[in-house]
Amino acid sequence: MKIGILAVQGDFEAHAKVLAKLGVEAVLVRAPGDLDGVEGVILPGGESSTQLHFLKEEGLKDALEKFAARGGAFFGTCAGAILLAREVRNPAQESLGFADLVVARNAYGRQLASHVTSAPSKLRTEPLEMVFIRAPIIEQQGSGVETLAEAEGHPVLVRQGRVLVATFHPELTGDTTVHEYFLRLVSNGAGQDEGRKTKDEGIKTR
Amino acid sequence: MSFMQDNQWRVKVGLAEMLKGGVIMDVTNAEQASIAEKAGACAVMALERVPADIRKEGGVARMAAPKIIREIMATVSIPVMAKARIGHFAEAQVLQALEVDFIDESEVLTPADEENHVWKHDFRVPFVCGARNLGEALRRIAEGAAMIRTKGEAGSGNIVEAVRHMRTIMTQMKKLTILRGDELIHESKELGAPLELVRWVAENGKLPVPNFSAGGIATPADAALVMQLGAETVFVGSGIFKSSDPAVRARAIIKATTHFKDAKIVLEASEELGEAMKGLDVRQLDEKELLQTRGW
Repeated sequence: MKIGILAVQGDFEAHAKVLAKLGVEAVLVRAPGDLDGVEGVILPGGESSTQLHFLKEEGLKDALEKFAARGGAFFGTCAGAILLAREVRNPAQESLGFADLVVARNAYGRQLASHVTSAPSKLRTEPLEMVFIRAPIIEQQGSGVETLAEAEGHPVLVRQGRVLVATFHPELTGDTTVHEYFLRLVSNGAGQDEGRKTKDEGIKTR
Repeated sequence: MSFMQDNQWRVKVGLAEMLKGGVIMDVTNAEQASIAEKAGACAVMALERVPADIRKEGGVARMAAPKIIREIMATVSIPVMAKARIGHFAEAQVLQALEVDFIDESEVLTPADEENHVWKHDFRVPFVCGARNLGEALRRIAEGAAMIRTKGEAGSGNIVEAVRHMRTIMTQMKKLTILRGDELIHESKELGAPLELVRWVAENGKLPVPNFSAGGIATPADAALVMQLGAETVFVGSGIFKSSDPAVRARAIIKATTHFKDAKIVLEASEELGEAMKGLDVRQLDEKELLQTRGW
């Protein structure tokens, strides 16, 4: 299995380290050609406005849209969640729209509101540790979106078909649980031309 | 070191991690901040005057006026950093009360204390500090800096000092990785840095916080150079707004920073740029004119 990590700006190396720990081949995606042979794409944390520039200017946006249309799997953390949302607020910003979500940027406040917490999830019995950094908040979600974890009254880990969205940074903890969950999403039905389904496609939650 | 497990420390370094691969630009007002954001800067640094002007005009350089910083914060959605004088913890307290996202305890401003830096662990806002060598970098990290930037020579438009400082730190770190455990005490003494941090670098071969480059970057190729030498991101100060077409140059330097290994893209970014800032020959400057020697 080969996973692409968007590497135009942000903490893409932190994601690469998690994949290395899990023994999965990772390719840093900086141009459309880097997506060849990739089965899932991670959109890392960083500045979504900066990343969006590169996506639009360098043909990556089109390439990711084609990848999505083929039923490709996505995992976005923080800025990645913003890029994957259908609508972005505070301020309004273009996005890829692969997940039926309305997301507000910097919704907890500035850096002083960045924090670490833990909360239960559907991924396992023990709570997940969550690092929030100038994080966005999911304000609305479509009926096809499943909430996998909530913290402090907000959904923070959600899934729509083969698109996984975290408003926190699983890549900044030593814990590989969320990445392992994404890899199962990728291997279940990888390359299948069935688009994104809202129903669980036999993906097991531990 | 024990503080590295603190959640407060983790979210400080976490924000520094998010800025990697981007470009942080010096701005002196909301209009410049907006140009920087539109070009794709990952953060802006608010200051009273860019280093080239501080150098030219002289006088005491202080923290920027709160009104200007507020206007910049209200204008852009990316992180806003602001500079405080070395050792001036009261300016830093004011910047934290303003809720800036990062504080640069900077040698570009006139130092307020010629022995002590700010004890940065007391703050909830993360700090970035300059360094010319590994000892300086580790002393700043011990005080609580969540990001290091090599100093270069600010406002010079000349990359030579940025290269010197990045190479120095990288070489000193490589050396630690091959020393025996019993040799690290001596090295800790030579560097003037805490043993625990010296050991950490010896084991990991890198700084425990992101290491960015600053001080003299004026062209896309300058950015590509320091990135290839090991910088994880670049700060561009006078280089943008002292050039003939700031928006175009900003975009070009950002592009070259992301694609630093791809010379064709750096070439593309280097074309049709207009005039770069004029720049200074650092060798012609008097010792007392250097900004990099401030900080201890």
